[in-house]
Amino acid sequence: MAKKKPKTAARSRSKRVGRKRTTTSRKKSAAKTPSRIDVVRRIRGEARGVHSKILKRRTPSMKFPLRSLANVVYRPAKGYFQIKGKKKERTLTVGTVKTFAQTLRMMAFSKELVETDDIATKREAYYVSKNWDEARFSEQPESDAVMEDVEALFGVNREQLGFIPEEKGGDVAGRLVVIDSDRETGEELRIDCTRFGSGAYSIPISVEDLQFETDATFILAIETAGMFQRLVKHSYWRQADCILVSLGGVPTRACRRFIRRLSDARNLPVYVFVDGDPYGYSNIYRTLKVGSGNAAHLNEFFCVPQARFLGVTPDDITEYDLPTHPLKEVDVKRAKDALKNDPFIRHHRQWQQALEQQIRMGVRVEQQALAKHGLNYVIDEYLPRKMSDTAAFLP
Amino acid sequence: MTARKTKKRKSTRSSPRTKKTTAAPRKRATAKSMAAQQREISVSEFFTKNRHLLGFDSPTKALLTTIKEAVDNSLDACEEAGILPDLVVEIEAVAEGRFRIIVTDNGPGIVKKQVPKIFGKLLYGSKFHRLRQSRGQQGIGISAAGMYGQLTTGKPIVIESRVSRRYPAHRYELVIDTLRNQPVIKKEAEVEWEAAHGTRVMIELEGTYKRGRHGVGTYLRQTALANPHVQITFVGPNEEEPEVYQRASKELPVEALEIKPHPYGVEVGLLMRMLKETKARRLRSFFQTEFSRVGPTVATRIVEGAGMNVTTSPRRVSTDRAEQLVAQIRETRIPAPPTNCLSPIGEERILASLKEQLEANYFAALSRPPAVYRGNPFQIEVGVAFGGEMPADELVSLYRFANRVPLLYQQGACALTKSVLSTNWKAYGLQQSRGALPTGPMILMVHIASVWVPFTSESKEAVAGYDEILRELRLALQGVGRKLGTHIRKDRKRLDAERKHAYIEKYIPHIGIALKEILDLSDRQEKKVVTTLSGTLARSRKM
Repeated sequence: MAKKKPKTAARSRSKRVGRKRTTTSRKKSAAKTPSRIDVVRRIRGEARGVHSKILKRRTPSMKFPLRSLANVVYRPAKGYFQIKGKKKERTLTVGTVKTFAQTLRMMAFSKELVETDDIATKREAYYVSKNWDEARFSEQPESDAVMEDVEALFGVNREQLGFIPEEKGGDVAGRLVVIDSDRETGEELRIDCTRFGSGAYSIPISVEDLQFETDATFILAIETAGMFQRLVKHSYWRQADCILVSLGGVPTRACRRFIRRLSDARNLPVYVFVDGDPYGYSNIYRTLKVGSGNAAHLNEFFCVPQARFLGVTPDDITEYDLPTHPLKEVDVKRAKDALKNDPFIRHHRQWQQALEQQIRMGVRVEQQALAKHGLNYVIDEYLPRKMSDTAAFLP
Repeated sequence: MTARKTKKRKSTRSSPRTKKTTAAPRKRATAKSMAAQQREISVSEFFTKNRHLLGFDSPTKALLTTIKEAVDNSLDACEEAGILPDLVVEIEAVAEGRFRIIVTDNGPGIVKKQVPKIFGKLLYGSKFHRLRQSRGQQGIGISAAGMYGQLTTGKPIVIESRVSRRYPAHRYELVIDTLRNQPVIKKEAEVEWEAAHGTRVMIELEGTYKRGRHGVGTYLRQTALANPHVQITFVGPNEEEPEVYQRASKELPVEALEIKPHPYGVEVGLLMRMLKETKARRLRSFFQTEFSRVGPTVATRIVEGAGMNVTTSPRRVSTDRAEQLVAQIRETRIPAPPTNCLSPIGEERILASLKEQLEANYFAALSRPPAVYRGNPFQIEVGVAFGGEMPADELVSLYRFANRVPLLYQQGACALTKSVLSTNWKAYGLQQSRGALPTGPMILMVHIASVWVPFTSESKEAVAGYDEILRELRLALQGVGRKLGTHIRKDRKRLDAERKHAYIEKYIPHIGIALKEILDLSDRQEKKVVTTLSGTLARSRKM
């Protein structure tokens, strides 16, 4: 679980890994997705298919939607990555028998959860598998992957299967009242996000039933906890009439859904403020805006098409005379990969230019590099100057 | 080596002259003073000073060499007489570091008057003067062993032998006069002997008994391996159970015929001696009668090519002329020597022997056709025992044989070893580090049979690497390697399939459980899923 740790000067690779894990998080989605009874019916349907093939002495197989960028298409009109329908067929062979058995057992476990109206965290599901003898998972990423396969197979959100993530969604501060309800009494709870002092409101795992009241003029999504802290500490939200959201790396599903609902409800623009590097651009920003290839069947709900990119842009490096670090090999690889394979980047000429420019410059820059000009330079100079020309933000 | 040798002593210390003039600086020896020092020495004396050349350099080796020489002699004698050899090798611990070696065979026996000569005189034997495949070559072995025993313990060598039911067995106690190279019979008696014929040799010596790679057991087992027609019983000194190496074949090896030397193998010295000793009166008939594969045409071509007359008397050829003849021989095309002088073990018998002596689950053997180096016919054979209980992560065991005799020492210096090292065993599915023996559960035997095995030294432990020999070795090893490779690949495929099957079987029950849970199947239905699916996968497995 990547958390909001204060950012260190040099971004370590392990932090990247931590962030990546967050990609595979969260969220209970809209009412458009199937109900619990539906889920059980689909699980039984799939199992019946396998069963009948076995009885016919044929090799059973299951077809899973391919979970990668290769299986999405960017729909600018809709504003997110739409799944294309490429499938991988998992036929029962020597190579697949273990995963095949694990998938079926995961489905059985999910059915049990749904029928008993229980939930299990991803980690709990991993531990439950320890009862499966040889079919147990040896590491949690294995069970997560199988869970995501099942999720995609039925085109549902994992919460509908009875599985919930452990990570929290993100932090919020600013001009916003979140209306939630008491778990036991059902009484309405009004949570004023201006009243957390130096703390913040934590986005819950399920945001579908929340209501909002706000007079803010925009939402500012921030990559790092460190920058978020600074803006909270100096009440930037008051001065700029906005709502601050800390993403904590690649935003979780709940975080994306929260921003989306909030923005939709109040028609608020969303501006994104992340590190100036390929990871910030093509992973954090792009996932927030149009979704991921991994959970492509859910992008429709977990995207924020109205998001715009505030910074830090490659131009800012020279514009604001910021200290930099050389691009690492993985950064360059990531940038080139995005230029080649990411449908979103390929759609936007401006993003291609930005990435190409960055590769040419050979450097990356962190949000907190602005501290070079004074700790509050970001509040006093950078953000106001940026906000004065929002039309210039990258798409 | 010749029977008699002179040896110079360069010591000035014992010169009478220098003694008188002690103050003067060291004086050069004169021809006269040196002549006083020069004297004939016997081979026996030579041996006592050079025992390492003959394989007696360490107590362990001395014991092994003694057994080896006795066994070689017994086997050669049995085969020559057409008897299936049945040997008993006993080692008795007499005292600390002192053993009595007793080797008994069922051979033809030795006639009374020959006994002292064979066992008591160095370089007496039937083998040195002939070109024929046999175990011993120089006739130095058993008498040297006896002498070693005599030198270290003072005990005589004891021989018992019986040639036929009609005659009683005789027992001789011999000592060797090391100065005169003469046997001296200390005692002679008639003894009881149950069998119709046979010989028993008893030598007491100082030595060390060891097990392991250089041990007596290893040697005897390897001997049995290369001699499928032999049965050996081994009784060790520590009251162990006797070990019996069973006969794997009742067929005696094909008798190797004696051949005359081939011209290509002759050198000037040998040619000179042959020219002196021949009964032929003309050069042409000399070549025709004394060499193999030389007819009138070839003989004429050699003699005339060297600018000599075919009618010249062999005795009148000078050394210079002889050199010209040798040079001319090299220029002349002469057919390869006959190969009926060789007695290979044969692929079938190698296989039978490997199966009898070794625990393994795959065996392969290969006999190359005979080839020739320097006019000497030779033949390479290779055998392989693979798998079974042998350790898979150790280097393979290499058993080297020359004329069916195991070579236990100097493995690294031997051409047989070098050929194994330079073979690419990885191509045949074994692991192999650079310049090392391959790794795997395997015993590899390599045999060279020849009328004259080119050993690198008199102790006959390593074979010299002539190009022709190396080439044949390479082809033989590659041939058997290919057979082995095929087996290993098949074996691996089978194991792979088994492993995959076991792997699949492990997870199928979980598919049953999951389907049962999801579809609320009965136990019977669940069982049906598992059995049906197992069947389906077993049939569809194209792995």
